[in-house]
Amino acid sequence: MKIMKLNKIVLPLVLALSAALATTSCSHKFGGKVTNIPKHGGGDTGPSNIDNIAPTPTIGNTTPIDTTAQTPVSTFQKQNGPIETAPFNVDNYTADPGALAAYTVHFKFDSAVVEDSEQANLASVAQALTDANLRLLIQGHCDERGTEEYNRALGERRALALREALAKANVDPMRVKTISFGKDQPVDPAHDEAAWSKNRRGVFILLHPKTPVQ
Amino acid sequence: MKIIHFKKTGLCLGILTASMLSLFAQGSGSNLKMDERIKVGLTPPIPISLDGFTGETVSVLTFDLYVQGFAFVSPAAAQYSVKGSGAGNVTGSLTDNVAHKMLFSRTYNGASTRRQAHALADDIVGAILSLKPIGGTKIAFKSQSAGGSGEIYVADFDGYGAQPVTSDGAIVAKPAWMPGRMALFYTSYARSNPDIFYHSLSSGQRRVIAGYSGLNTSAAVSPDGSKVAMILSKAGSPNVWVCNADGTDLRRLTKGIEDSSPCWSPNGEWICFAAKINSHRSLAKVPAGGGEVQRLSTSGVLNPTEPDWSPDGKWIAFTSQMGDFSICVMAADGSMNPVALVSGQNPSWSPNSRTLIYNHGPAGRQTLAALDVLTRQTRDCHSAKGSNSQPAWAK
Repeated sequence: MKIMKLNKIVLPLVLALSAALATTSCSHKFGGKVTNIPKHGGGDTGPSNIDNIAPTPTIGNTTPIDTTAQTPVSTFQKQNGPIETAPFNVDNYTADPGALAAYTVHFKFDSAVVEDSEQANLASVAQALTDANLRLLIQGHCDERGTEEYNRALGERRALALREALAKANVDPMRVKTISFGKDQPVDPAHDEAAWSKNRRGVFILLHPKTPVQ
Repeated sequence: MKIIHFKKTGLCLGILTASMLSLFAQGSGSNLKMDERIKVGLTPPIPISLDGFTGETVSVLTFDLYVQGFAFVSPAAAQYSVKGSGAGNVTGSLTDNVAHKMLFSRTYNGASTRRQAHALADDIVGAILSLKPIGGTKIAFKSQSAGGSGEIYVADFDGYGAQPVTSDGAIVAKPAWMPGRMALFYTSYARSNPDIFYHSLSSGQRRVIAGYSGLNTSAAVSPDGSKVAMILSKAGSPNVWVCNADGTDLRRLTKGIEDSSPCWSPNGEWICFAAKINSHRSLAKVPAGGGEVQRLSTSGVLNPTEPDWSPDGKWIAFTSQMGDFSICVMAADGSMNPVALVSGQNPSWSPNSRTLIYNHGPAGRQTLAALDVLTRQTRDCHSAKGSNSQPAWAK
């Protein structure tokens, strides 16, 4: 009977994968020496400034992610079509989830269209943002009837649609950030239309500056 | 000797019949041979018998063989017979009962009993179907708790040996392997924003390759590992963008109204994604270097998302939503309409283009499973804690 070493019959790639994993046996978690990524609160950052993509053991190389992006609170144009996302840093603001909780907007199934019936909520939100030092975070959420990544995009489209609707009410979109939670954070975990209609929503979080703005 | 019989379930025959008819109506010019197209979902399993194996060895062998198109029968009814033992080192011999010929007889040593049993399964599948081995391959996936946060895990392709690779306690999504490397890209909300991380599993080094304002998600790595396609909303709507693997040279590829879930063609020339074109939900493809978006026909199914292009280039698997979610497979060149195979989401191809890993089950309690595309046989993978979804098969 022919004796065969295990490592002679697997593909080189498979060997590389399993060999690397073999060094991390059951008692050793991958999480043990994971690079901590500093929070940035949503500032506009591209690739972080760490030399090479090649896996190296230099885990001390944790250049803080650039969070210094400026907030261009310039005069905005009411443009047709999409408006670029705002690059201000949410970490410089204190979130006040209660202030605008009453004005949560709901959407139809699989739709990012802001319904006319939501105009009163939008007017209230716009009114609350009269102080130009305030900022707004809009969370987009979905019901569970969509795949995860489709819903992550749908939640973002909902938040962006609300941002655009507020722009028509003279809220500078550069003061408004969006975040999609897809279907990850339902308010009602049940699996029926009553729950789904509550979960398809845009939530407004008022942001107060942490330090006085000149 | 325990003989395990699996029941076959008949599913979606209407769709199959419809697609078969349209298949025969197609003209020539296809890269796929007719017999390959006919096989999807309809191939009878190969009857095989296992004799002498117990415990972990028989569990590994039955999983690996079942999800690559074998069914277990008595020795008298078997086209192929495997005899051996899992006591001490795994030993196994494979006999072709039709040709009355022993194909191999081997002993495996080293590693673990599981690894040895996977290696025997690989040899059986290789000898009979000439498929490249998958027994030692890995998957990455997302494990989510009821509160929405979760961690990225890595496990053997059958779900065993699962280990978390993150410990952020944040929402995570869509892991993707760097081809040929112990490295992942994934979405994490650890910085209070959905950002795309690169994570070397050998060094632990992490970096953000896309942390733009708005949505950064759905990373997909090019087959040569040099580029990443993803969904960004930085221009004001979620669209497909591509950048180098280190995050540099960012370019926008699409401007659709409902773009999501990009994947790469195995030759690196195309990026396939879900879109809405002329009011129709569809799959589409765009040249990876930029260019015109082309709609891909997905006749017979609705709401296609999450495409994954097979490594051999022949097939595109995706999720369709028609009430429930279904795993569908169609010919990448359009020569075979989609075939709905089983209920589930998030298909990811095996390196040998035979099997899909996917997730299924009730919301919040998703389980990973492996699906043999030709026979439509499925088995659940070993579960990690939480709801397991968005599997990515390392290639």
